[in-house]
Amino acid sequence: MNEPRLDADGEMLCLNGVTKTFNLHNQGERTIPVVTGVNLKLNAGECMALMGSSGSGKSTLIRMIYGNYGCAAGEILIREEDGSWTDLAQADPREVIRLRRHRLGYVSQFLRVIPRVATIDVVSEPMRLAGASDSESRNRAAELLTRLNLPEALWDLSPTTFSGGEQQRVNIARGFVHPYPALLLDEPTASLDKVNRQVVLDLILEARDRGAAILGIFHDHEAREAVCNRFLDVEEFKAAA
Amino acid sequence: MSELLRVENLTKSYGRQRGCTDVSFELWPGEVLAIVGESGSGKTTLLNCCAGRLAPTGGSVVYETRHKGLIDIHGMSEPERRFLMRTDWAFVHQNPRDGLRMNVSAGANVGERLMAVGARNYGNIRNAALDWLSRTEVDPDRIDDLPTTFSGGMQQRLQIARNLVSGPRLVFMDEPTGGLDVSVQARLLDMLRDLVDRLGLSAVVVTHDLAVARMLSTRLMVMQQGRVVETGLTDRVLDDPQHAYTQLLVSSVLQP
Repeated sequence: MNEPRLDADGEMLCLNGVTKTFNLHNQGERTIPVVTGVNLKLNAGECMALMGSSGSGKSTLIRMIYGNYGCAAGEILIREEDGSWTDLAQADPREVIRLRRHRLGYVSQFLRVIPRVATIDVVSEPMRLAGASDSESRNRAAELLTRLNLPEALWDLSPTTFSGGEQQRVNIARGFVHPYPALLLDEPTASLDKVNRQVVLDLILEARDRGAAILGIFHDHEAREAVCNRFLDVEEFKAAA
Repeated sequence: MSELLRVENLTKSYGRQRGCTDVSFELWPGEVLAIVGESGSGKTTLLNCCAGRLAPTGGSVVYETRHKGLIDIHGMSEPERRFLMRTDWAFVHQNPRDGLRMNVSAGANVGERLMAVGARNYGNIRNAALDWLSRTEVDPDRIDDLPTTFSGGMQQRLQIARNLVSGPRLVFMDEPTGGLDVSVQARLLDMLRDLVDRLGLSAVVVTHDLAVARMLSTRLMVMQQGRVVETGLTDRVLDDPQHAYTQLLVSSVLQP
């Protein structure tokens, strides 16, 4: 790939005092504090693992950075192409959509697609939305699906009927098809066999080498050790219940 | 980029009955906005006021016209508004029978919109009709059949073909998948999303189905008793709802 290499020392993502509580209005006005005062800085070329027990708020934090959850307090700053910073905690929907198209990728644990859309189109869509041509996007999608050992006979089928592992590989291909400068990964190697797990780890390392800033959750200890060069314990920011 | 449609403080009351109250939003080119809420929440009233089909009691609906810039559509003359509605705009009804002419052929239903904007060459009109029938997955062999002989899903796709053939910039949809079988819904949703995506259309979609809103829209507005109670990025409103009513709506959906 001939992507321009990002400034290796450049800060890409910066969280200041990020706090999240859920207010459940219909369940006795319960307030559920999740995390409070999260600070982190992530540079281009770094891969940081979020650590902590289940329920400590790792996925919540990733979803907040992606704009999928609101932010109760604090700043979530992402660096723009021109070097300026945008606060995702305050960004309006149009800005969040723009950032998701060009700057910020996300591989979730579950694939969510419209029934009937072919796998190759599901995978190539993010690249097309980022401005690449149809053929360029499909070629890149085909390359990733091949690397992830998804048989070509399945490419023109909808992934809705695929097995869990196949869906997860489609999801990963979709997440890596466009070279985002920042990437969020929620258990990317779960439900994969050994061979495909190694392919995903290679993809993560390649993304890191081209200068992407990566923040991920890896329950798989070996995977975490293989790709992460920074670690953050989310329990430190556990909100007092 | 700037706004295509700007709705400000829109209110519609039917006597003492409130249809919708004080609704404001902006739609930019290429955006799809979904309006959700239970029946009676005022979403169809709002859609009809925005689409110029119903005169509001207060507020304004301003549209960026191709030649004259921003114009309040309710301040236009009736012929001007009608011209806009059949050229730049499209309206997809929940019941296809409300948007089709049932006593003329499928081809005529599609061709009529083109003739309304000045097309006269029969061959060109028929070819455009054939093209749009195939794009909306209606068998082109059925071009001379009456819509009464079509299934509900085919009628809905024909209505969409009729609406999109004239190249509108803004499409209003009222429960476009309501009343259709689930398998037909998925096909229609996929088709609608692809068309909106490829043609760069803007759309306002009223639905009570949160899954439809998630698939089609990037922004979501939640209405209750005629008022907007929550608005924002579609996935955020659905996954992290803030208002009590939205939380109730989201938590009430059965997971298959």
